[in-house]
Amino acid sequence: MGLQIFTYAIHKAGVADDSAMELIAAAGKIDSDAKVTAIVTGSGAELDQVCNTLSECCSEILKIDHEALAYPNAELIRKLLVKILPDNAVFLAVHDTFGMDLAPGLSVKTESAFVADVVEFEGVDGSNLKIIRQEYSGMVSTHVTCDISTGAVLTCRPGSFQPDEVTGAGGRVIDKSGEFGDISVGRRFLEVVEAEIGDVDITKSEVLVSIGRGIEDEDNIEIAEDLAKAMGADISCSRPIVDAKWLEKARQVGTSGQTVKPKVYLALGISGSFQHLGGLKGSPFIIAVNKNPKAPIFQVADVGIIEDILEFVPELTEKIEEG
Amino acid sequence: MEILVCVKRVPDTSENEIEVNSNGADIERDDLVYSVNEWDNYAVEEAIQLRDKVGGSVTVVTVGDDESEEVLRREMAMGADKGVLLSDDAFTGSDGMGTTAILKAEIEKGKYDLILTGAQADDGAGQIGGMLASILDVPYASLVNYIEVLDENKIKVGREIEGGNQEMNELNLPCVLSIQTGINEPRYVGIRGIRKVAKLEIPIHGASDLGISADSVGAAGARVKRVDYFVPDFGEGAEILEGSTDEKIEKMIEILKAKGGIK
Ligand SMILES: Cc1cc2nc3c(=O)[nH]c(=O)nc-3n(C[C@H](O)[C@H](O)[C@H](O)COP(=O)(O)OP(=O)(O)OC[C@H]3O[C@@H](n4cnc5c(N)ncnc54)[C@H](O)[C@@H]3O)c2cc1C
Ligand SMILES: Nc1ncnc2c1ncn2[C@@H]1O[C@H](COP(=O)(O)O)[C@@H](O)[C@H]1O
Repeated sequence: MGLQIFTYAIHKAGVADDSAMELIAAAGKIDSDAKVTAIVTGSGAELDQVCNTLSECCSEILKIDHEALAYPNAELIRKLLVKILPDNAVFLAVHDTFGMDLAPGLSVKTESAFVADVVEFEGVDGSNLKIIRQEYSGMVSTHVTCDISTGAVLTCRPGSFQPDEVTGAGGRVIDKSGEFGDISVGRRFLEVVEAEIGDVDITKSEVLVSIGRGIEDEDNIEIAEDLAKAMGADISCSRPIVDAKWLEKARQVGTSGQTVKPKVYLALGISGSFQHLGGLKGSPFIIAVNKNPKAPIFQVADVGIIEDILEFVPELTEKIEEG
Repeated sequence: MEILVCVKRVPDTSENEIEVNSNGADIERDDLVYSVNEWDNYAVEEAIQLRDKVGGSVTVVTVGDDESEEVLRREMAMGADKGVLLSDDAFTGSDGMGTTAILKAEIEKGKYDLILTGAQADDGAGQIGGMLASILDVPYASLVNYIEVLDENKIKVGREIEGGNQEMNELNLPCVLSIQTGINEPRYVGIRGIRKVAKLEIPIHGASDLGISADSVGAAGARVKRVDYFVPDFGEGAEILEGSTDEKIEKMIEILKAKGGIK
C-alpha cells in the first residue's frame, strides 16, 4: 500500500487554485501509489464547487465548512489540521504567502519534519524522502533528505509541478465540519487592504524595460527610462527597487506585485528569483542583461547578454535613437 | 516593550557569484563576502523604531560561529541594545527545528513581548519564525509589512499577501512576527558606528549554558539533511549573444525589432 498524503487546497470564489492540482501531482511524485486526500476549508456553498472539481483528481476530499473559515486565517487552520491529520501524516501545502504562514508551525505541532519550497521530489528511499530545493535565490540547487517516519510537512514551489491529467477519479467528499468545534487563536483577521493603483498600468504594457538591483543607484534609473522612451516601452522593476522607494509599488513585477503579460520583457540587472518570475505570464520573449553569467535569469530568458547594464544600456539607447 | 530580533550571517548574493565547490559538499566559501541577511536588517530597524516609540529594549541574537559576532555588532551599531551569540560545535548541521530549539532555549531565559525574524534567509526556507511561534505556543504572523502597538497586550499588523495586497490582523502579545522587506528604510551603519560598539561585550551561550542536550540539535538531531549542492541542467537556457559590445547591440536591436520590442 502507498503512503497517505494530504494536500491543502487553495481556492477563491468557488474555483480551485492551480496550485491545488499541482499539489496532487506533487503527491504522485512522492509516491505514485499514494492515497491522496485533499483538504478543503472555507465557508458556504462555493466549497462544494471546489470539492467537486477536486473529486475529479483525487480519491478523497475532506471538507470543513465553518463561518470562521471564510477567510483563511493560517492560525485557525493550523489548529484545525492538528485535530484532523493522523499521526505521521505527510502533508503538502503551497509555498505562497499562506503556506509560509501555516506550514512551519504545523510541523512543530504535528512533530514532523519540515521542508519548504520544494521544486522536485525524487521518491522515497526507506524512510527518507528525496527532495530537490534551491538556495541563494536559485543560484545553486541542493539534494535534501527528509526523514518522514514521524510525518512531514512540505511546501511546494508554485508552478514547479505539472498538474496531472484529470482522470475523473470520483473522489469521495467527507464532511469533517464537525471537527471544527470551538477553536480559538490569538490572531484575528481584520480586513484586506487592496494595493494602490499607480500612474501606469504595467499589466497592459506590451513591452517592458524592467530594472533590478543591478541598477545600483537611484540616479541610474534615468538610463533605463531613456531606453524605454527610445523603445516605446514602459518601466517596471523587481522588488528591491520598490523597497528602496525608487519606483512606486505599482511598477513591481512578481508574486507580491503585478502579474504582467507583455510581448517582450527586457530584464536589466535582475537575478530571476521565482517570486519575480511568478509575475510573468503569457510566455513573453525575455531578453536578460546581467553581468553575472551564472544568474538564474539566463535559465528562463530567450536571449542573454552578459554585460554591465550601466555601460551597455546607454550605448544601446543611442543606437536605437540613431534608428 | 522587550523585543528580541533573530538575525543570521549569510553570503551576500548581490556581492558574490555563488558556486558549488569541487566535490559538491558545499558552496565555494573562499573570498565570499558575508553580510546580515537582507530581511533581518528590516526587522532590526523596525524593532528600534518601536522601542523608540514605546520604550523598552532591543536584543539581537544569532545561532552561528565566532564570525557571526560581526553581524550582531553591526545590528548593535544600528541601535540594538544587546547582542547574544549562540554558538557550540554541537549546533553545526542543525535543521530548522534544531535552530528553533536553540533559539527557544535562549528566549526562555528572558521575557520578551515581541520576537521578530526575517521573512526568509539564504536558503529561502522562511521557517524559523513560524516554528518559534509554535514551539513557544504564541501567535504568529509572517511577511509583516506594518506594525502598530495598540496597547500592552495587542498589536495590529499588516501582512503582505499576493499582488501586494495587505492583510490586516490583530495579535495578542507576546507573539512572533516575520518581517518582509520594504516595511521601513533600514538606517545606514558606517564604520564609525561599528567602532562605537566594538568594545561592548557579547555573551556567548553554548549547549550546556542553554540546557540543551547535544544530540537533540546539530547534525545528530536533524531529520532534514542537505546531501549536496549541484547546478542543475536546465536544458537550453538563453541564447547568449557573443561578440563585441557593438555586435551585441546590433544583434539585440535586430531581435527587438523582430519581436515587436521597438515601436
Ligand atoms: C514572499 C516574497 C515575495 C516576493 N515578491 C517579489 C516580487 O513580487 N517581485 C520581486 O521582484 N521580488 C520579490 N521577492 C524578492 C525576491 O526573492 C528577490 O529578493 C528579488 O526578486 C531580487 O531582486 P533582483 O533580481 O533585482 O536583485 P538581486 O537578486 O540582488 O539581483 C541583482 C542582479 O543584478 C546583477 N547585476 C548587479 N550589478 C549589475 C550591473 N552593473 N550590470 C548588470 N547586472 C548587474 C547581479 O548579477 C544580479 O543577478 C519576494 C520575496 C518574498 C520572500
Ligand atoms: N542561525 C540563525 N540564527 C538566528 N536567527 C536565524 C538563524 N537562521 C534563521 N534565522 C532567523 O529566521 C529567519 C528566516 O530564516 P529561514 O527560516 O532560515 O529562512 C531569518 O531572517 C532570521 O531572522
